Amino acid sequence: MPSQLAAIGRSAQIQGRVIYALLMREILTRYGRHNIGFLWLFIEPMLFTTGVTILWTLTQSLHGSSLPIVAFALTGYSSVLLWRNMPGRCIGAIQPNLALMYHRNVRPIDIFLARILLEAGGATISFMTLSLFYIYIGWLDPPVDVLVVAGGWFMIAWFGAGLGMFLGALSEKSELVERLWHPISYLAFPLSGAAFMVDALPPAAQKYALYVPMVNGVEIVRQGYFGDQVRVHYDLLYMLTCCVVLTVLALAQTAVINRGITPE
Amino acid sequence: MITAEHVHKIYPTRAGDRVVLRDISFALARGEKLGVLGRNGAGKSTLARLLSGAERPTSGKVTQDMSVSWPLAFGGAFQNALTGLDNVRFISRIYRQDYQRNIDFVADFTELGLYLKEPVRSYSQGMRARLAFAVSMIIEFDCYLIDEVSAVGDARFHERCEVELFEKRGDRAMLIISHDPEYVRRHCGRFAVLHDGDMLFYPDFDQAYEAHLRNLHETG
Repeated sequence: MPSQLAAIGRSAQIQGRVIYALLMREILTRYGRHNIGFLWLFIEPMLFTTGVTILWTLTQSLHGSSLPIVAFALTGYSSVLLWRNMPGRCIGAIQPNLALMYHRNVRPIDIFLARILLEAGGATISFMTLSLFYIYIGWLDPPVDVLVVAGGWFMIAWFGAGLGMFLGALSEKSELVERLWHPISYLAFPLSGAAFMVDALPPAAQKYALYVPMVNGVEIVRQGYFGDQVRVHYDLLYMLTCCVVLTVLALAQTAVINRGITPE
Repeated sequence: MITAEHVHKIYPTRAGDRVVLRDISFALARGEKLGVLGRNGAGKSTLARLLSGAERPTSGKVTQDMSVSWPLAFGGAFQNALTGLDNVRFISRIYRQDYQRNIDFVADFTELGLYLKEPVRSYSQGMRARLAFAVSMIIEFDCYLIDEVSAVGDARFHERCEVELFEKRGDRAMLIISHDPEYVRRHCGRFAVLHDGDMLFYPDFDQAYEAHLRNLHETG
């Protein structure tokens, strides 16, 4: 048993090393060394979120609550970037990296994990930086309970990671995944809870809205941010189940493509 | 030792499954040098990838009881969008190597100078071969899988490869794939010919070469 543990420890060490190497490589190939380089990792989502915040402020978007629009847009749109970017980067991730698979310790799961970490990191840094900035200039009050925000954020990230790895692995088998992901992710945006509070929906629709996993996560984030100012609705157990099921499917699919890989 | 037991490899193609390797079993002991001959598409590079562990056999088993290199070919193993130096860093990280020392060796061996800071995709074939070879020499393995490194590059490069591989690392096991019969004859002690999915072994080069020539000129 101890030797088995040692072997697992060694494998974990190798995997950690490989993921770190892939992460550094990914940053270089994506952002290069020109202008601000890897700062784009979180500047890009920050620009997105700021743009949406300004648009929603100007159009006085109806969001069905008395919340300040800045806080509403920040929590909503940051969440969208979090769950949407991971699948976006995992789909089709294997093909351009086939040459690296000449090294037997580089496996598809490492490529997915490196990209997932990078996307989650970028979205998180963007969310935190913007929050601090808005709080500093007085557009936003500090969150009521940071831990609850972190919990909701973690659930959305987990969902995005599971979905990303699952779709990434499936996209190796069929290019339909890539074709369909763009329209689906676009259409899912208005349904994802970014632009509404569940409480503002007609009671009959609330039940159905909570079937969309991301909605639960966004509601938790908003509870942490606004506390008693809002009435939130979510089903943590349901979202947890979705995440676990997605993760199991993702690992199974990744194991399947792992067997069929041909390095070039 | 590397052991292949009943290794079978099938690639799916549009025209149905194609058997590349059929029930191949053999062992490569420490220090042993095996030369592999075969026509284009006979499965030589596939064999190297399977032995390296980068690819899995469709059925059968490959066991490695010594450290085995990745297939040293002049393509592959590199990210073309990255610079030569970044590739050295990447590989140093994967294999936990001191990359500063590696960079010195690579710069000295490849004589690429400022090109090391340019993306690999801008390199000529010969430059790429030099980089690929140097990078594979920074990590010490018990067994090297060599896939046509002698096919590109100039005479000076070939001489330096000889020194690194067969003088400094003459005690290691090697699997050498080459279309240059002379190269295989000179460096190997045991020979194999791949043809139609089968791998036949010959202790004697002349017999192996004769079989290979027969396969080459076989029609159909």
